[in-house]
Amino acid sequence: MKISLARLSGTVATLFTFALLFSSHQMPAQFAGASASAGSTLTIPVAQILQPEALHHLMLTPGGEKPLILQVGSHLLYAEGHIPGSEYVGQGSQAAGLKQLEDRVNALPRKKPIVLYCGCCPWNRCPNLGPAFAKLHDMGFTNVKVLYLADNFGTDWASKGYPVEQGR
Amino acid sequence: MSRAASGNALRKVGDLEKVIGIPRPALRSLIPLRFLFLVWLGVSTVSACSAASSLVQKAAPEFVRSDLNHRRVDLRAYRGKIVLLNFWATWCAPCQLEMPRFIAWQNKYGPRGLRIIGISMDDDPAMAGSLVRKLKLNYPVVMGDEKIGHLYGGVMGLPITFLIDKQGRVQAQYQGETDLNSIEEEFKLLLGP
Repeated sequence: MKISLARLSGTVATLFTFALLFSSHQMPAQFAGASASAGSTLTIPVAQILQPEALHHLMLTPGGEKPLILQVGSHLLYAEGHIPGSEYVGQGSQAAGLKQLEDRVNALPRKKPIVLYCGCCPWNRCPNLGPAFAKLHDMGFTNVKVLYLADNFGTDWASKGYPVEQGR
Repeated sequence: MSRAASGNALRKVGDLEKVIGIPRPALRSLIPLRFLFLVWLGVSTVSACSAASSLVQKAAPEFVRSDLNHRRVDLRAYRGKIVLLNFWATWCAPCQLEMPRFIAWQNKYGPRGLRIIGISMDDDPAMAGSLVRKLKLNYPVVMGDEKIGHLYGGVMGLPITFLIDKQGRVQAQYQGETDLNSIEEEFKLLLGP
């Protein structure tokens, strides 16, 4: 059987594409719902996890209600780079940070779409997202997503070419 | 299987023809190039993920700061030493896993010229100071800020450690959870016998 270069390259390209897709997008299920180790309390249901490309798409899509995007990690890292339009609301791992988060969202309708993100350190080590997500859940918010940044904000958002804003 | 994959590819070519208006034979001739394009895309994605590469083989950005014990830390004064410059924070669990090893390295390799410098990216210096005392760090720690973060290519996630040679040039950057044994092997090579 004769296999042309075109067909061979098509097959390899397809396999390569699948390898890329699965290597970068199948991680959340492994972490979601499981208590992370060492310094993290991360327990995010799979359905609430949002991929970076999905959030970026949402930001670019005209019309519709835009989510309130909140950074719940380090203020210094937020100052170095954050998602345009996002707000810093304190560290989710600290009581003062959770109070700041509560104050920011308290007056909002409970169906308001909210996206939480951090990216301070690897996803399964993040100490901030779990408590912040739990706080919003306890307050009755029903449309909360958490941005999945596998390694950190620099690697999984900034270096991927998604928009970044600097400043506090 | 390869036939099926190829068939799917050709159907996609047909769709593309409708969308961008390029004749089908011309598009078919581009199919072999897809693989090269995807390889390029993969490589460029991987390299983009490592902001580190931007500083490797370049002079380490200089800074002068006071450490948490109010002693002056001037990176230029470390010329002639091998420096591990470690960005960390108290909220970063992987950072704290590294620290006992850094303490051991400073003890073991300090006499051969290794110097470790910590840069805390905490918002609150008191928290950094508390952990430094608790862990009994035996190397200087200075407080970081946006300025020093930008100098080092944007510290948007921790931990990050830079290996700086005796000439003040960055030889490696380690981002995220890294195999500490490999870091040790690399700085030992720079330390020499």
